[in-house]
Amino acid sequence: METGTKKPIDPKQQGRIYELTHSPGQFAESVIEWIIRICGISAIVFVFGIFFFVFREGAAFLFGGLDLVQFLTSTEWYPSSVSNQRYGVLALIVGTISVTILAMVIAVPFGLGAAIFVSEFCGPKLKEVFKVVIELLAAIPSVVWGFIGLQVMNPLIIKYLDAPIGLSVLNGGCILALMSVPIIVSIGEDALKAVPDSYREAAEALGASHWQVVYRVLLPAAKNGLLAAVLLGTGRAIGETMAVLMATGHSVNIPTSLLDSVRTLTATIAAELGEAPVGSDHYQVLFIIGILLFTITFIVNLTADLVIKGISTENDL
Amino acid sequence: MNAGAEAKYEGNGGRIYSIETNRLNFWYGDFQALIDISISIPDGLITGLIGPSGCGKSTLLRCFNRVNERYGNVTTTGEIKIMGKNIYDSDVSLPELRKAVGMVFQRPNPLPISVYENIIFGARIHSQFGAFSKSETDGIVEQALKEVSLWEDLKDKLKSKATTLQLEQQQKLCIARLLPLKPQVILMDEPCSALDTKATHAIEELMSTLASRYTILIVTHNMAQARRISKECFFMLLGEMVEHGRTEDLFLSPQDPRTADYIEGRYG
Repeated sequence: METGTKKPIDPKQQGRIYELTHSPGQFAESVIEWIIRICGISAIVFVFGIFFFVFREGAAFLFGGLDLVQFLTSTEWYPSSVSNQRYGVLALIVGTISVTILAMVIAVPFGLGAAIFVSEFCGPKLKEVFKVVIELLAAIPSVVWGFIGLQVMNPLIIKYLDAPIGLSVLNGGCILALMSVPIIVSIGEDALKAVPDSYREAAEALGASHWQVVYRVLLPAAKNGLLAAVLLGTGRAIGETMAVLMATGHSVNIPTSLLDSVRTLTATIAAELGEAPVGSDHYQVLFIIGILLFTITFIVNLTADLVIKGISTENDL
Repeated sequence: MNAGAEAKYEGNGGRIYSIETNRLNFWYGDFQALIDISISIPDGLITGLIGPSGCGKSTLLRCFNRVNERYGNVTTTGEIKIMGKNIYDSDVSLPELRKAVGMVFQRPNPLPISVYENIIFGARIHSQFGAFSKSETDGIVEQALKEVSLWEDLKDKLKSKATTLQLEQQQKLCIARLLPLKPQVILMDEPCSALDTKATHAIEELMSTLASRYTILIVTHNMAQARRISKECFFMLLGEMVEHGRTEDLFLSPQDPRTADYIEGRYG
């Protein structure tokens, strides 16, 4: 091609394009980056937004008129009494806590056990079947769970436990446990799967049996993830509304046995908000209950974070 | 020191062999990784296993405590005798075999628990719950760490997580955790390939001090390392055992042209 005369080589002719300036792609790149940034920030905006609106609806009565001590310590919940409205949510708090604790007592051993089985003990085919079934369990709408509580559990409890009514802490706790198990299993299994295989290999090469590998190596290695699984399951149980509304009997009562009916904070909001006149004290109190729920879940999450941080710093010393 | 010393098995010619294989074949699925391996590995020495990548030397090493069975879909034929006992006999207990034949891996793999618990791990899994008092475990940990000369460095860090140590210390710890089990054989699968030269030197020194009490079998890519530390050496190629002999002889006057070519670096 080239003869004696020195021609500058045209890069484009050679199929080479070296332009050291911004290409149009750069602009698209920065737009995408901003979109992603906005998606991230939106999560924070939504959380604060929700908190703000819930707080705004309840603020007037919270700071003017509501006796907070009575609100938190009285069991008398008569919001629609004509002459003497009383707003005491202690029974509702105890109801929520008792149903949640029972649900966790059932769901944590079953959920973690199932996670260990799916992750470590079952074959690949069975594992696929299990995962599909567990996902299916997670996809059942909560009203269907409530229906099961009402129509299946209720007669069973009346028949076999000789209870006058089957809508109780026991019924709601069992239903909530079944709803929390899929979350605990799938997150717990992810946590176990994330443990490097070299740990299993190291322990097996030292002669550890399958079960020894699980409880001496995998459980300590995955404890943060497993704790997260349990706490997310707890969060699900505290926040659940429709199923507990249908399965617990919805009566304001401090339970003394598993067969007592209770009412939860969430169910109260769901059942009464539609009937409370907008802006009335009753309406505002329901929003204050929302703030209370917010606070409870916030405390649970914060505790989880602190516990996890505590565990990891202790180990790094 | 050596718990199994009285059970030592006398092979041919009066030499004592820790490991003997007889027509050992091994497949991963359809792929034959080891072909008719019949070797004898002398007791109480460091033996090297060299060869290019994919020649089957790690596979062979992993046969000796049957740790390669955890991948599933593997087939083994032939015999491996460790101290005279075929480890593929049906009455062999895997935990007991792995207690007698310890393994050190390519990347240091201490468990994500404390230094102390790492050392005592083997002793705990091989005994009943509560078999050891606190002072007994303290003694076991101290002795094991002293044997690998980590005690001075780590005696104040016994509670810290083993995975936060330097790599050299981690690898030494992985050797130390085998010692409370009083193994007969220690298998090392390229134990220095993740380490720098200083750490490699430290591990090699440690191997020399352990050599008289344990049979050590080391797989290495590094021919200079095989030359420095092993007394006997085996050369493998494509799943077959090509040549073995005293390390000096193998490196100075290899009998097989394939060995000579590999040692001179014509392939590798």
